[in-house]
Amino acid sequence: MQASPLAHHFESLEKQAHAARLGMWLFLATEVLLFTALFAAYGVYRFLYPEGFAQSSRSIETWIGFVNTLVLVTSSFTVAMGLDAAVKGNGRRTALLFAASVGLALVFLGFKAIEYAHHFQEGQLPGRYYTFEGVQAPGASLYFSLYFLITGLHAIHVIIGMSALAIVGALAWRGRFTGEYHIPVELAGLYWHLVDLVWIFVFPLIYLI
Amino acid sequence: MNELMRRVLFLPEQASEYARGVDRLHFFVILTTMVAATGVFGTALYFFVRYRRRSDTDVTPHVTPRPIHEILFIGGPLTLFLVWFAIGFPQYVSLQTPPKDAMDVYVQGKKWMWKFAYPGGPSAVDTLRVPAGRPVRLLITSRDVIHSFFVPALRVKQDALPGRYTETWFDADRPGRYQIFCAEFCGIGHSSMLGEVVVMPAEEFDAWIADQRKGLTRAQDAAPAPGEPVRAASSVVDEGRRIAAEQGCLKCHSIDGSPHIGPTWLNLYLRHEKLKDGRTVVADEGYLTKSMMDPGADIVAGYQNVMPTFQGKLAPPEAAAVVEYIKSLQTAAGVSGPSEPPIYEPVKRPRQ
Amino acid sequence: MSPSSAPVSEVPAYNPRNYLNSPATGLRSWLTTRDHKRIGVMFLVATTFFFAVGGLFAMLIRIELLTPGPTIVDAMTYNRLFTLHGVVMIFLFMIPAIPSGFGNFLLPIMLGARDVAFPRLNLLSFYVYLLGATIALWGMIHGGADTGWTFYTPYSTQTVTKVVPILLGAFILGFSSILTGLNFIVTTHTLRAPGMTWTRMPLFIWSIYATSVIQILATPVLGMTLLLVAIENAFGWGIFDPARGGDPVLFQHFFWFYSHPAVYIMVLPAMAVISEVVCTFSHKNIFGYNAVAYSSLGIAFVGFFTWGHHLFTSGQSAFDAGIFGVLSMFVGIFTAIKVFNWTATLYKGSISFKTPFAYFVGFLFFLVFGGMTGIALATVSLDVHWQDTYFVVAHFHFIMVGATIMAFLAALHYWFPKITGRTYPEGWGLVGATLVILGFNFTFIPQFLLGNEGMPRRYYAYPERFWPLNVASTAGASVLAFGLVLILVYLLVSLRSGPVAGPNPWHSRGFEWFVPSPPPPENWEVTPVITHPPHDYHHAGEAPPGGVEPEPRHAS
Ligand code: HEA
Ligand code: HEA
Ligand code: HEC
Ligand code: CUA
Ligand SMILES: [Cu+2]
Repeated sequence: MQASPLAHHFESLEKQAHAARLGMWLFLATEVLLFTALFAAYGVYRFLYPEGFAQSSRSIETWIGFVNTLVLVTSSFTVAMGLDAAVKGNGRRTALLFAASVGLALVFLGFKAIEYAHHFQEGQLPGRYYTFEGVQAPGASLYFSLYFLITGLHAIHVIIGMSALAIVGALAWRGRFTGEYHIPVELAGLYWHLVDLVWIFVFPLIYLI
Repeated sequence: MNELMRRVLFLPEQASEYARGVDRLHFFVILTTMVAATGVFGTALYFFVRYRRRSDTDVTPHVTPRPIHEILFIGGPLTLFLVWFAIGFPQYVSLQTPPKDAMDVYVQGKKWMWKFAYPGGPSAVDTLRVPAGRPVRLLITSRDVIHSFFVPALRVKQDALPGRYTETWFDADRPGRYQIFCAEFCGIGHSSMLGEVVVMPAEEFDAWIADQRKGLTRAQDAAPAPGEPVRAASSVVDEGRRIAAEQGCLKCHSIDGSPHIGPTWLNLYLRHEKLKDGRTVVADEGYLTKSMMDPGADIVAGYQNVMPTFQGKLAPPEAAAVVEYIKSLQTAAGVSGPSEPPIYEPVKRPRQ
Repeated sequence: MSPSSAPVSEVPAYNPRNYLNSPATGLRSWLTTRDHKRIGVMFLVATTFFFAVGGLFAMLIRIELLTPGPTIVDAMTYNRLFTLHGVVMIFLFMIPAIPSGFGNFLLPIMLGARDVAFPRLNLLSFYVYLLGATIALWGMIHGGADTGWTFYTPYSTQTVTKVVPILLGAFILGFSSILTGLNFIVTTHTLRAPGMTWTRMPLFIWSIYATSVIQILATPVLGMTLLLVAIENAFGWGIFDPARGGDPVLFQHFFWFYSHPAVYIMVLPAMAVISEVVCTFSHKNIFGYNAVAYSSLGIAFVGFFTWGHHLFTSGQSAFDAGIFGVLSMFVGIFTAIKVFNWTATLYKGSISFKTPFAYFVGFLFFLVFGGMTGIALATVSLDVHWQDTYFVVAHFHFIMVGATIMAFLAALHYWFPKITGRTYPEGWGLVGATLVILGFNFTFIPQFLLGNEGMPRRYYAYPERFWPLNVASTAGASVLAFGLVLILVYLLVSLRSGPVAGPNPWHSRGFEWFVPSPPPPENWEVTPVITHPPHDYHHAGEAPPGGVEPEPRHAS
């Protein structure tokens, strides 16, 4: 990427960008499938233990989930604006907007940490560590296994996405991208939208229904 | 013909009508498979001989298929496959639907043995006795990991899943002894988890089961399994464990949370138990004792009234020890909802 | 040397400036290379190594089964042996071997491209493979696992053996194949040479493309599933643990949702190879190009809906069993289409019986027999008898060893001149092929019969009536192993001292044969323009315009 952004085996930047985009979409598809396995498990157990799942879902703090949803949606919005700035060739603006997104991601993780700490206190833990008194219906410990798996995996994705945004933002600040060449900005943005999108599914599954 | 094919294909003896039916399909399937495989192979060889290369620069005609070719390529095998399926699937369905008048036997896989329990008490390890010419339904479960109950001579196999019941049935019509294998990998003893189905003439079986019901051999099979540590009774709890095993309680009650013929004992103590008639009781010492002495009084919802009474068989200190043992089976993360009924619904029929 | 002047002459030439020696030859230049050809070769070497490891385990299994009782190892060791045999053969050898090895080497050349779309990702894929393999190997050395390659819960979550590193290894290997598949799909979409329309692509690419689709769609689910088992084994979170309300059969659904499509990951690349071999050695255009091309996609698609045929005896409802059974019948049709089209390709051809062709003939027989026993297994009631017996073992070895290994060996011989620039000894090649095909039949036909007789698989010891057939099987395996070692030896020898092959020893019209052997680092000096469908053997002569025409590369 040092000299020319065009790699030797592509005939044009356009084609290369097309390839990069296609690759990213495919990658996102595999990411979605990664979560799909967990969602499928969630669906099966919800069906087997409706009572335990409903009670457990009610026993956790909906407002944190709700705030976090707002935070993530806002961050997606700032990322989209950042991309728009990059298309217009305004690298500094992109960097600032991405920094805002990273900040929002940190807020998200902060809330998540508060929530996890709370679960640890209450004993709302997976499998054999489950000691929560409030809900004793069968399936409750499974709910928390899946809760930690899904939100944990999502949190890892938030951290990865955050790092990507930070790196790309820093490059944008240094003026690495132009109106013509800003594929990394676009890809980092796409990834972040995926992180957001997954959460849009996680939120109702875990907190609402 | 049947006998010849059976021997050529190394199939074991056919101990039921179902087995013979499956074998007929088997012969059909294998013969067509061989014909197809040698047919394709032979055609390739024929083409090779016929169109051997003459020179390195041979020019060959550009041959492309007409629609009829592809239709044949698709239609031919598809028809054949669907015919196989149309024969095989109904056989499978029949295997899944035991006749209403079948005799029930509870089968439990356990590392590494098979336990069989007949309604009304008698039980056995590794030897399943069944009457010839009468349908037998097996309600199969497992104590630990997945096993699979397999009798080649009956062409019957069914996985034994922990925490769940599966069922299968057969109607063996030839008295004899047939091997049982465990077909699902279950650890070091997998290949020695063998057993035997003994198909007895119906009258002999009736005599045998009547004998068993008299309780002649009751305690013998419930002794601790080989490998299970047999410790001297050091405390009341251990005493209770020993008695429970001796009296055969553990044939019906699990201690690991899985529903069995009776409700599990895990976290039973102080559980709010839903009864069949809608009442809820707390399983305290009194209730536990009463359940042993008069099991018919409070039937747990979802279970049948099959537990024998132990009035007069358990001395009061022994009953107390068992209660202590049940009380000891508590986990921290206990699932303390009402007992979950087993998934199967035993067929209702008059008790003999 | 430009492709138009690729010599047709009698004196074959060794291309002096090739990917093996330029830009540099040192180990470092190999380990940091981004050349898809070098990465392909590294994959081939690594996977062949693991083939030998898996084969060693197989031979130990066969020796142990030589007598009904204990023979050389104890029960625990035996259980580890077949688990590691299955894991190594499937995850470390068969899934990467053809796609990541031959696919990497050939796909860009055949497309007329300089490289794959993401060369760095390609190298990363190789290192991810090495990482996964190392972790799995570490687990094998420190105790191995005794669960079978299917890792059925709850056994796998309770065993004290080292399943966690092996599961993690398999999880990581999954990412290697995801990366490769992703790369291939993007490459096929974006780097086709001018004039290379979808219907002018070599069939090899169609099949590899279909494989990649499966890799991308199915592998993440498996990855997650294996991770769940690892977590369960290490921490007891209860997802598959019946004592905590978990459902062990759910694991089987997840596992087979991946692993059934995965069997097509293992057989589609074999079909890719065969489609090329059959055209080249019969000098004929493929009969029914479209049918063969689209049936690959058909297999990839329908293959996702048949996983339940592994669960006929685990308490599935009869309704589900029926659906999965019927769909399995349909997936067989796509294979049948291919088989018939390959056979019809020979019609009016000009067939030369070289080693790769010998493997093709073996492949046909094994695929049809193995495939049809697969359909037989899907006829539900028969499966109840055969499930988890040696019949199943024979079924999948017939396809995985019978069909795929034949294709692997065919590919090895067919492209050996292209990859190394040298030829192997044809006479020895035919001897090797004969030994392998005979030995194979001798190994696995007795296993079909053992399955009929009722011998369950994964049995360390068995009743004496199974003895004779087991001896036959072990004898066959020895012949098979001898044949394979022989092949390895003469191939290694030819690597150094084989006669120089020239660019197109088979007089093929496959696009890869229009570049010199071994190919130069940039594959095509000038970007070719494709004007004809592949394999147009009805034209006289063999040089271009056999489909490829040179065009100056765009200045960038
Ligand atoms: C490369 C690997 C591969 C391939 C391609 C296949 C292909 C198929 N397999 Fe197989 N299978 C395995 C690998 C593979 N399998 C493995 C590893 C296992 C065991 C896993 C374990 O438990 O450890 C297994 C197990 C397995 C089972 C479960 C057995 C059991 O455990 O009880 C079943 C059941 O239906 C099955 C079915 C099929 C079917 C229907 C196909 C079809 O795709 C086959 C299609 C092919 C054809 C149908 C041949 C072509 C047909 C013709 C040319 C037509 C013939 C001509 C005329 C009719 C005139 N397979
Ligand atoms: C790709 C997959 C693959 C391959 C190639 C093989 C190859 C062989 N397999 Fe097996 N096998 C499996 C996949 C495979 N297997 C799987 C998935 C299982 C199930 C495991 C389980 O139950 O969990 C199994 C199980 C299995 C069993 C059943 C064990 C049991 O259930 O108890 C047996 C028993 O005979 C067996 C035998 C063999 C033999 C004799 C070979 C022979 O074909 C091996 C021949 C190879 C060699 C002897 C190596 C020599 C090679 C070289 C020296 C390198 C040469 C290199 C070149 C020529 C390039 N295998
Ligand atoms: C033939 C099977 C069988 C045997 C043997 C058996 N039980 Fe039971 N048991 C049952 C069934 C079925 C129920 C549930 C229906 C009922 O309440 O009667 C039950 C219920 C109980 C209950 C009440 C459980 C609850 O959840 O409310 C107790 C306590 C109990 N059994 C103790 C024992 C003891 C102690 C023994 C041995 C000395 C024993 N059982 C032997 C089948 C059996
Ligand atoms: Cu029990 Cu295998
Ligand atoms: Cu399958």
